[in-house]
Amino acid sequence: MTERAQPIETAADLRADMLRLREEFPALHQRVRGRPLVYLDNAATTHKPRVVLEAMTRFYAEDNSNIHRGVHALSVRATEAYEQARSTVARFLSAPSASEIVFLRGTTEAINLIAHGLAHCRLRPGDEVLITHMEHHSNIVPWQMACKQSGATLKVVPITDNGELEHGAVERMLTDRTRVVSVVHVSNSLGTVNPVREICALAHKVGAVAVVDGAQAVAHMAVDVQEIGCDAYAFSGHKLMGPTGVGALWARQELLAELPPYQGGGDMIEVVTFEKTTYAKAPAKFEAGTPNISGAVGLGAAVSFIEQVGLDRIHAYDTWLLERATEQMQAIPGLRLIGTAPGKAAILAFTLDTAHPHDIGTILDMEGVAIRTGHHCTQPVMVRMGVPATARASLSLYNTQEEIDTLCRAVNKVKEVFQ
Amino acid sequence: MSEMQDLYQEIILDHNRKPRNFSIPAHANHTAVGHNPLCGDQITVLVELDGGVIKTIGFQGAGCAISKASASLMTEAVKGRTIDEAKVIFEGFHDMVTGVAGAEPEALGKLAAFAGVCEYPARVKCASLAWHTLQAAITEGPTTVSTE
Repeated sequence: MTERAQPIETAADLRADMLRLREEFPALHQRVRGRPLVYLDNAATTHKPRVVLEAMTRFYAEDNSNIHRGVHALSVRATEAYEQARSTVARFLSAPSASEIVFLRGTTEAINLIAHGLAHCRLRPGDEVLITHMEHHSNIVPWQMACKQSGATLKVVPITDNGELEHGAVERMLTDRTRVVSVVHVSNSLGTVNPVREICALAHKVGAVAVVDGAQAVAHMAVDVQEIGCDAYAFSGHKLMGPTGVGALWARQELLAELPPYQGGGDMIEVVTFEKTTYAKAPAKFEAGTPNISGAVGLGAAVSFIEQVGLDRIHAYDTWLLERATEQMQAIPGLRLIGTAPGKAAILAFTLDTAHPHDIGTILDMEGVAIRTGHHCTQPVMVRMGVPATARASLSLYNTQEEIDTLCRAVNKVKEVFQ
Repeated sequence: MSEMQDLYQEIILDHNRKPRNFSIPAHANHTAVGHNPLCGDQITVLVELDGGVIKTIGFQGAGCAISKASASLMTEAVKGRTIDEAKVIFEGFHDMVTGVAGAEPEALGKLAAFAGVCEYPARVKCASLAWHTLQAAITEGPTTVSTE
């Protein structure tokens, strides 16, 4: 068999292709306050390509029905579509089995499920849960609740001034009482990419469960849960060009078997009598009630879209755009980038010496530029960096060099107003 | 640029740069703290009440231009007024920034500079934080307020 040589794609080809893909996102092509929309709030949520919108519309127009246990044609089709989406997500994460994928509302619900379950089956008084200083509130609060319930202690790995985990701190802080290590893959407020593979290996050395919050990672880099070596990985559909209200949790079969059900109801049982109920196996055990079927179908379509574009190409383009944006923004006097870890993801949090982030956000909005301002659900990061809030531009594959220019022009307008 | 000037009027930028009454009155006898947890803004309003009259007023804290200028202009507007008069001004101000039909910015003097805020629902809380905090300071009840 001869291998066919793959034509090498140039950087210019890649940029041209991303520009073409931009056409697939209807919401991007609108004017805001009289100006073309420049959408740079992708870490909050991404826009949806036509294939996702069409998959969801088609589901409701043609296949709409409740899943599982239906004998009629529509129910069979709906079940197939839902389970197909599960297989698609499993492939996307390189998970060993689709039965290890649980559909939930999103990353927040996934972490709550794990924390709630571990509080019951693993955590005891005096045990420890290790998280980091750069976690989103959704990877802090559920563990605080689990600690309160179980008597365990929450420990926090410190971060450096540029937004990295302190070197050696994870290893130093692990003890024989550490039962859980839960860490964000990519920080939503700093852009830092954490060495999750190393962290999971260290966690396993002390016998702890390793949980990874992948909300910001999945849209920017290829994720292989087996290669990372974690025990659980969570992400949300809407940050991955899918719909809101649906996300996925991957967890090892043994862990899913050990965790108690999160909610009781239909679809999560084997046999119910008033005396006793036996539960279904995972993933059904964790999917009580009618799930977000159309959401899962939309998420499946989004994952397929991302796979078709290719995460390696998305990562290459992201990195190129991030470098341009970083260079241009650093040239603006008085602008401070918050989060400058090497190899960071395409998230640019910043402050200006003369203007509060909220005023930056409002004036950028007047220029048609959508960014997010505030604490980004990471209040401890704001305190650590000594800022009340930041302005954050976060990039996606559909953003362009011209949009970065518009962003920088708008930031300069803010500076003119707040001299 | 007109949109920009509607919201960021010169008087607002001026009070943001040089907030008035940004101090702790020596004889303050009423105080309250206001938080906007969404943006991390925090403001403390300190009042010296004398027989139902706001004799002196000052504020401390950090926030965006809208919230800082609003606090600054508020202190000027209510100084020397009775509690009841201050409440009437706040009601008029609140109607203006929330876009209530029939609001009369003209009656509010310099505070009319905030009329543009009603076009920016996300910023209404910034403009009204100081006022809610003042209200908490001069009335019975909790002395910490939050916009959320």
